[in-house]
Amino acid sequence: MALAKVTQVAGTGVYVPGSDIDTDRIIPARFMKCVTFDGLGEYAFYDVRYDKDGKLKGHPLDDPRFKGAGILLSGSNFGCGSSREHAPQALYRFGIRAVIAESFAEIFFGNCTTLGIPCVVASGTDIRMLAAEIERNPQLEVTVDVAAGRVSFEDQDFPISVPDTAREALTTGQWDPIAGLLENKEAVHQRMTALGWV
Amino acid sequence: MGKTLFEKVWESHVIGTLSNGQTQLLIDTHLVHEVTSPQAFGMLRDLGLKVAYPHRTFATVDHIVPTDSQVEPFADPLAAAMIAELRKNAVEFGITYFDLSSGKQGIVHVVGPEQGITQPGTTIACGDSHTATHGAFGAIAFGIGTTQVRDILATQTMALGKMKVRRINVDGRLRPGVYAKDVILHIIRLLGANGGIGYAYEYGGSVFDAFTMEERMTVCNMSIEGGARCGYVNPDEKTFEYLKGRPYSPKGDDWEATVAKWRAAASDADAKYDDVVNIKAEDIPPTVTWGVSPDQAVAVTEKVPAVESGATPAAQVSIKEALEYMKLEGGAPIKGTKIDVAFIGSCTNGRLSDFREVAKFIKGRHVAKGVKAIVVPGSQIVAKLAENEGLDKVFNDAGFEWRGAGCSMCLAMNPDKLVGDQLCASSSNRNFKGRQGSPTGRTILMSPVMVAAAAITGSIADAREVFGMSA
Repeated sequence: MALAKVTQVAGTGVYVPGSDIDTDRIIPARFMKCVTFDGLGEYAFYDVRYDKDGKLKGHPLDDPRFKGAGILLSGSNFGCGSSREHAPQALYRFGIRAVIAESFAEIFFGNCTTLGIPCVVASGTDIRMLAAEIERNPQLEVTVDVAAGRVSFEDQDFPISVPDTAREALTTGQWDPIAGLLENKEAVHQRMTALGWV
Repeated sequence: MGKTLFEKVWESHVIGTLSNGQTQLLIDTHLVHEVTSPQAFGMLRDLGLKVAYPHRTFATVDHIVPTDSQVEPFADPLAAAMIAELRKNAVEFGITYFDLSSGKQGIVHVVGPEQGITQPGTTIACGDSHTATHGAFGAIAFGIGTTQVRDILATQTMALGKMKVRRINVDGRLRPGVYAKDVILHIIRLLGANGGIGYAYEYGGSVFDAFTMEERMTVCNMSIEGGARCGYVNPDEKTFEYLKGRPYSPKGDDWEATVAKWRAAASDADAKYDDVVNIKAEDIPPTVTWGVSPDQAVAVTEKVPAVESGATPAAQVSIKEALEYMKLEGGAPIKGTKIDVAFIGSCTNGRLSDFREVAKFIKGRHVAKGVKAIVVPGSQIVAKLAENEGLDKVFNDAGFEWRGAGCSMCLAMNPDKLVGDQLCASSSNRNFKGRQGSPTGRTILMSPVMVAAAAITGSIADAREVFGMSA
C-alpha cells in the first residue's frame, strides 16, 4: 500500500485558541448519524461557528482572511473526549492537514496519525507568537517540518516535538498500519491459540 | 522486581514491533456499536478483507436508540439506517449481535460485563472512549478510532505505543453521601483533564477493595475524562464472584483454571509504578462540575471559582469562557443553581445498584414542578432486574420517567436532548459544550443520588441535607 510520505506540510494557518477543545466541539454528535465520513467537513466546529438560526458567529475558521488555511493552531489537550474518528475526518475534509498544539489527547492523536495528519506539539509561547504573525499576515506560508522537528515561516522557526513512532509512520508513508498488521497472521493465530480463543 | 497487571497483560499480548516502532498488540475482545463501526466495515469491503476472528467481536446498538419507545420503525430515518447497517454487517461478517429484540441489548459497556464477555487479564477495545469501564475487571481496555476498528476486525490486533502506569490509592472510608462518582470526579479535579495523558491508571487502596464491581466500573469509566486512555482495578474474589455463571464466563472444569490465571494477572505486591498518587477517602466531598470540562469541579458546598482565581492568564480565560457558557456567576455558591432537567443513566451510572441507591431516598418525595426527570437503564437486563424489584414504580411515583435502555441524554444522539440553554443535573460523564444535544445546553455532572436531590428540590442541592444522611 503506497501512501504519501508526510515529511512536511506547508500552508497558511488559522488559530483556534483555548485549551481542552473536545471532539464534541470539533464534530457535534448529531452529525455522526451517518454510515460514511463523506460530507463531514462542513460540520467541523459547527456549534461554535453557527448560531441557532444557522448564521455565522464569526469563528476564526470562517474569517475570510484565513480561508483555505491548512494548518490549525490551538492550546493544550486538543481533541480530548470521545474517540470519534469523525473529528479528524471532519477536520481533514474541512482542509486541515496539520495541527500544532501545546498537547493532544491520546486517542485523537492516534486517529490523526492513522489518517496522515501530523499533530505536533509546540510551546504555548511559540504558538501564540505564530498566531500573532498569522494575525498580522494571514497569507504567511507556514511549514510544519515533521522530519526535522521544526515549524518555520519567513525567517523564523521554532522547535516542535513529535513522538518517534508517529514521525516514523508519517515520514516513511506507513501511517496506515494495516499492511504491517496483516503480515503477522501466523503469529497472531498462534497467540490466539495459546490464549485459548481458538 | 514484580510487575503491574498492565505490564503482564501487555507482554502476553505483544505480537511484535511494527516498522514505525509501535507495538502490534493482540486484542482478545472487540466490542462494536452502531456509530463508529459502519465506516470500518466499509473499509474492510473496500480492501476485500474478512473479519479474522468473528467470534471475538460482539456488537450491540446503544447510541441512537430511542428510549421512550423502542418499537421500530424509528421516527428518525438516519437512526433507522444506522441500525440497519449494523444488522447487515453482523450477518455478513458473522459477528455476535445483541439486537433490540434479544433482551440483552444495552450500552456496550454495560452489556460486556453482564454477559461475562469482559474478563480479567484480557485486552479489550471498542470504538468508544468509555471502554476503560471494563478495566474494573482487571482488563486493559481502551477506546479506539474507526480505522483501528477496521484493524482489529481484519487482524485481531492493533498498533499502539506502551503507556506508563500511575497507581492511584484511595485509602480510608468515604463519608456518607459520597459515592464512586465523587471519587472519580475528585481524582479528575486533582489531576486535571489532561493529567493522565500517556498513562494507564491503576486504582487501588481500601476504598477500591471495598467497592462493588459496579462502583469500580463507575470510576474506571471516567478514566478518559482525566486523560488516561485506560484505567483498571486489580481482579479479586469480588471480580470472580461477579463473573461466575455469566453466559460467556468459563464453565465447569475451565472455571477454576481460568480463575487461577485471572488471579495471577493482578499486579504483584512489589510492582514498580511510574507514578503514585495517594488520596484520603475522608477528603472526598460530594462533587459537582461547574464548567465545560470534567476537571472544572467543586464540592457541592463550595463556590464556583471567580475568574481572578485562575493561576495564569490562560486559566483565567478558561474560567471566564466556562462561566459565560454555563451562565454562572464566579464566586457564587453552586448550590441553589436552578435546573431544568435531571438525567440518571449512562455507562457511568446506569446500573442496577445506581437505581437501587436512588430509590432508597426518593420514596414519598416528588420531582419539583417544571423539572423533567428521566431514568434510563444501561441495558435491557438492568431494566428487567430493576422492574422485577419494582424500582420503575418507585421512580414513576416520584415523577421520574422510567425509560428503555440506551446511551440517551449522555450524548443525545437519540431523541432525548436538552432544548435551548436548559441546565441538566446529570449522572453522565461529560459536561462539554453542547454535549447533551442542544448547542447551548448546560450540564452539571454528579452522582445519581445528587441528581435525585436536584430533581426533587429543583436546584443543585447537597443530597446529605435533602435526604437527611448523617455526616
